[in-house]
Amino acid sequence: MRRILDISLPLLVALAVLGAWEWAVTHWQVPVYVLPAPSAIAKAFAENFSSLTQALASTLTVTLEAFVAATVLGIATAIAFSQSRLLERTLYPYAVILQVTPVVAIAPLILIWVGFERINLALTIIATIVAFFPILAGATLGLKSADFNLIDLSRLYGASRLQTLWRIRLPTALPYLLSGMKTAGGLALIGAVVAEFVAGSGTATGLAWRIVESGNRLEIATLFAALALLALTGILIFVALSLLEWWLLHRWHESAIDSGAQS
Amino acid sequence: MIALDGAGKRFAPTQKEGGTEALRDLSFTVKAGEFVSLLGPSGCGKSTALRLVAGLLQPDSGTVAYPGGKPEIGFVFQEPTLMPWADALTNARLPLDLKRALRSQTEAQAVAALARVGLKGFEHAYPRELSGGMKMRVSIARALAAKPKLLLLDEPFAALDEITRDALGDDLLRLWREDGLTVLFVTHSVSESSYLSQRVLVMTPRPGRVSADITLAAGRDTRLSSSTIEAQRRISHELNRAMAA
Repeated sequence: MRRILDISLPLLVALAVLGAWEWAVTHWQVPVYVLPAPSAIAKAFAENFSSLTQALASTLTVTLEAFVAATVLGIATAIAFSQSRLLERTLYPYAVILQVTPVVAIAPLILIWVGFERINLALTIIATIVAFFPILAGATLGLKSADFNLIDLSRLYGASRLQTLWRIRLPTALPYLLSGMKTAGGLALIGAVVAEFVAGSGTATGLAWRIVESGNRLEIATLFAALALLALTGILIFVALSLLEWWLLHRWHESAIDSGAQS
Repeated sequence: MIALDGAGKRFAPTQKEGGTEALRDLSFTVKAGEFVSLLGPSGCGKSTALRLVAGLLQPDSGTVAYPGGKPEIGFVFQEPTLMPWADALTNARLPLDLKRALRSQTEAQAVAALARVGLKGFEHAYPRELSGGMKMRVSIARALAAKPKLLLLDEPFAALDEITRDALGDDLLRLWREDGLTVLFVTHSVSESSYLSQRVLVMTPRPGRVSADITLAAGRDTRLSSSTIEAQRRISHELNRAMAA
């Protein structure tokens, strides 16, 4: 019953908002280049279906590649930090600097260094930088949160560092890591979009570029269609990661027990 | 089996202060097959002493020796200290897995260890599905799985209700008799030590050292038999003296 409400209530709100929107635009005769009606957006979506889905595929590829890269790099760095306190103290400040520097400010540099002929690689690198930190922070905290007594126990039985890492530290870190990954999934998409904006038209072929282009041409309905696709993609990424989290944790972790996927 | 001689331990010494002195000149021996309680007030360094015996800590002064060679050790903490992501069987198997024993062997040994603590049929239950007493049983099964000669317990029943505590105490006595284990049992409960152990080492408040070494008479068959009550009186008397000193 709660599950049904969780889905049906937000859906009901969406329908009400769309209905009111449609009515308001028609009633006050708002010009389509200011605010198109939902029906006009749907029509623009249908008309530009193949070009929009191609653009979506491009943005999605960058997003997923960046997410995977950020996950692998974040976990690897966190493991390195967990094995050497000195390494962590030396390098963690730089990870923070990377996080607090606005990515829009470094994006042009990365584009120049990587080169416009390898635009997708450049976009992926920028999105990876954006998505990297929550994974590193989550995994680092998680690896540190292992029960001291369990660590002592593994020492008592002569466990190697690798065994302690694999059997105790990594499973302890899993809930923290997944929480970081949920944040990073959204950030990878944001990073990909921002990178496309910075790269500008003529080079990028993703949804962000379609938004810029539609704006320039005052094709506001197409702009909205691209925007809706982006939002939908973000939601799907979040739902997928929530399901992954539930699947991995529901047997044992408090956060996932009996609540199901929170999406 | 164990011989501590003048062991001292100090924690977090800083330049300003000397840190906390947990133990000073701690000396005692435990013979193979004995059931010895280490009794003292909270914060007297009992747990530190147990960790010295386990080799998890090194003494700052004095020595910790195993005259017959270092035995296989099982350790039970105050909390069950289980891996929440693993079922009872995997938890009980941990010591064997860490020792890289063969999977077929570890499985049978862990199942047997769980059965011995009364958890037959709960092999695939997760810690969150078990009661406090059952979690502690898994913890004991884990300590037994590697077939230790020396069992170290750090106030294992302190967080349990009295009925569960008594049941687990009886189980512990049975396991000790069946396996010919040597048991070093840290507790702050006079009644627990009077019923379970053959010898009670009474410790002073911090910095802890042994102030009395009481060998208890036989015939303490139940918690209420007269010799158990008599043992309690002796232990309480020594504990009061240790606290006043």
